[in-house]
Amino acid sequence: MATTPAMLSDRGPQTGAGPGYRWPDANGHFGPYGGLFVPETLMYPLEELRVAYERYLADPEFQAELDADLQDYVGRPSPIYHAVRWSRDLGGAQIYLKREDLNHTGAHKINNTIGQALLARRMGKTRIIAETGAGQHGVASATVAARLGLECVVYMGEVDVARQEANVYRMRLLGAQVVSVKSGSRTLKDALNEAMRDWVTNVDDTFYIIGTVAGPHPYPAMVRDFQAVIGREARAQMLARTGRLPDALVACVGGGSNAIGLFYPFIEDAGVAMIGVEAAGDGLETGRHAAPLNAGRPGVLHGNRTYLMEDADGQIIETHSVSAGLDYPGVGPEHAWLKDTGRARYDAITDIEALAAFHTLTRTEGIIPALESSHALAYAAKLAPTMGRDQTILVNLSGRGDKDMHTVAKHEGLVL
Amino acid sequence: MSRIATRFASLKGHGRTALIPFVTAGDPHPATTVPLMHAMVAAGADLIELGVPFSDPMADGPVIQRATERALAQGVSLHEVLSIVRAFRVGDPDTPVVLMGYLNPIEVMGYESFAAEAAAAGVDGALVVDVPPEESTDLVAALRGHGLDLVYLLAPTSTDARIRRIGEVASGFVYYVSVKGVTGAGSLDTDAVAARVETIKSLISLPVGVGFGIKDAATAARVAAVADAVIVGSALVSRIEELEQTPESIPGVIGDFLATLRVAIDAADRG
Repeated sequence: MATTPAMLSDRGPQTGAGPGYRWPDANGHFGPYGGLFVPETLMYPLEELRVAYERYLADPEFQAELDADLQDYVGRPSPIYHAVRWSRDLGGAQIYLKREDLNHTGAHKINNTIGQALLARRMGKTRIIAETGAGQHGVASATVAARLGLECVVYMGEVDVARQEANVYRMRLLGAQVVSVKSGSRTLKDALNEAMRDWVTNVDDTFYIIGTVAGPHPYPAMVRDFQAVIGREARAQMLARTGRLPDALVACVGGGSNAIGLFYPFIEDAGVAMIGVEAAGDGLETGRHAAPLNAGRPGVLHGNRTYLMEDADGQIIETHSVSAGLDYPGVGPEHAWLKDTGRARYDAITDIEALAAFHTLTRTEGIIPALESSHALAYAAKLAPTMGRDQTILVNLSGRGDKDMHTVAKHEGLVL
Repeated sequence: MSRIATRFASLKGHGRTALIPFVTAGDPHPATTVPLMHAMVAAGADLIELGVPFSDPMADGPVIQRATERALAQGVSLHEVLSIVRAFRVGDPDTPVVLMGYLNPIEVMGYESFAAEAAAAGVDGALVVDVPPEESTDLVAALRGHGLDLVYLLAPTSTDARIRRIGEVASGFVYYVSVKGVTGAGSLDTDAVAARVETIKSLISLPVGVGFGIKDAATAARVAAVADAVIVGSALVSRIEELEQTPESIPGVIGDFLATLRVAIDAADRG
């Protein structure tokens, strides 16, 4: 394979991503997936970004700055927590939670926005833009923009603005301009389209912070590398705590950044099963879901080739999930590749199952999980009883549920 | 020689600049498009760009986004667009037609099937907005196999090396996007465009069309002074939008507007 960029996740003794797995290739492809499917105007800024990314991720000074921020500002390392009561109730494998919910701003998203914002500053960009669905990535972007004194514009679908009011207010408090996107289905995919349009128009001074492992090269690799801190820490923590690697990793997958962040440092550990959990919404059989890896097919959207939810004519179709953060018709291209190669497998959890897991963890462990993460928890609850008590499952608790109070209350017939 | 190359060669022989209108196929109704295409040719269009509706038009501004949504609401997808071209060809065997859109509908149809069906329908080329040369090898091969041209965009951000590379893979013509932005954005700076077009022409031999931001006859004339083709899209589509309730009037109104551009371009060519 051609030259591979120096990757953040190749640092340190516990990467686990040894020499065998080297994706993407030099052109940003993960097998047939990924790539650079963008209008010509964006080819130059993407090349500029790729060059800067490769340079700074191999730069010890940049790394030191990033590590210091991850420690002092984000609060890393995040702990792993043995969910003893819940594991006992399920009667099988021991479940450990990687506590990304304890990060500043309440989710894993900030691992990536810190990295990209530091990169933006080094590149001399003065304005950052971001897309957001549930609002977590928007809040994480607005947060780092406030800290670095950068102008910030967040694009958010009109539907999501209505269902995530609290996060919209948080972004505005942080000084960001939130633009309500009224085109298309008025959700995350349309916010991404609008952010791309902004970037095409303002390429000179603007840095686009994509929030997941999708988009054109180098975003899927770059966001993965910033999120791989999750798996690097977790791998060392599990070894220290249990003396061995976990038997299975479980993480929810919308675009897939928390999942790839957990999986990547374990890819070479053949004995560790990796399971991504998509949103089955009302059920895969109803068509009302957001599970392209389970029920979609390959196509091209938002700059990369990957599995998509689309109709027979190649039009992207509307998705459904109780969790706004999983409500996206595509998925990161590396997940598409891990699925095809069989290294990871992908299942799906319905709204009802996710809500049940939300309540169970809250009552059993005193931890209120995000609805996104509740999909991973619901899957772990099915998996654990099929395994032995001496086996372990590591679940990425990617975010906390504070933002979901209104949604959950509504499902109970309550208005807060 | 392809229909597009033949047309540009003939125009060059007469010292004329091409006028290329863009409309979204099926906007506001599938029945509107064929009469509109004939009216545009009668008003002086040399080549027609037909937009293929896609649910996520990330390079388009609000005017063409809304046109796309109107067409999709009528169920107009790639197959329907090919039917429109087939119907147009019954009355016009000569005017080149280029489909402009995004890759996913073509991916779903399959490159080979698309190329075969498009050629059979009378399409002459495709401009796929989200396919740069880095990702176009298989698509170019399929299109070439059926005698179709792949038209590429050039942008203000394209380096000389990229312009040369695109010149090597493109055929028919190249489309210089005159502003950083989406379709229908701002106004173009004709002096800056003139300088860029001169650079492009020094690097590649294909005809150079200029589009994005050409809204009136005066701008069209200034662009005609430096480019091989003047491409007008959002200015037409916004007029079509105003006439959504009286679609029968669309061919006449658009034809009249295009005719004013044709007069201005011809005057610039003579000047």
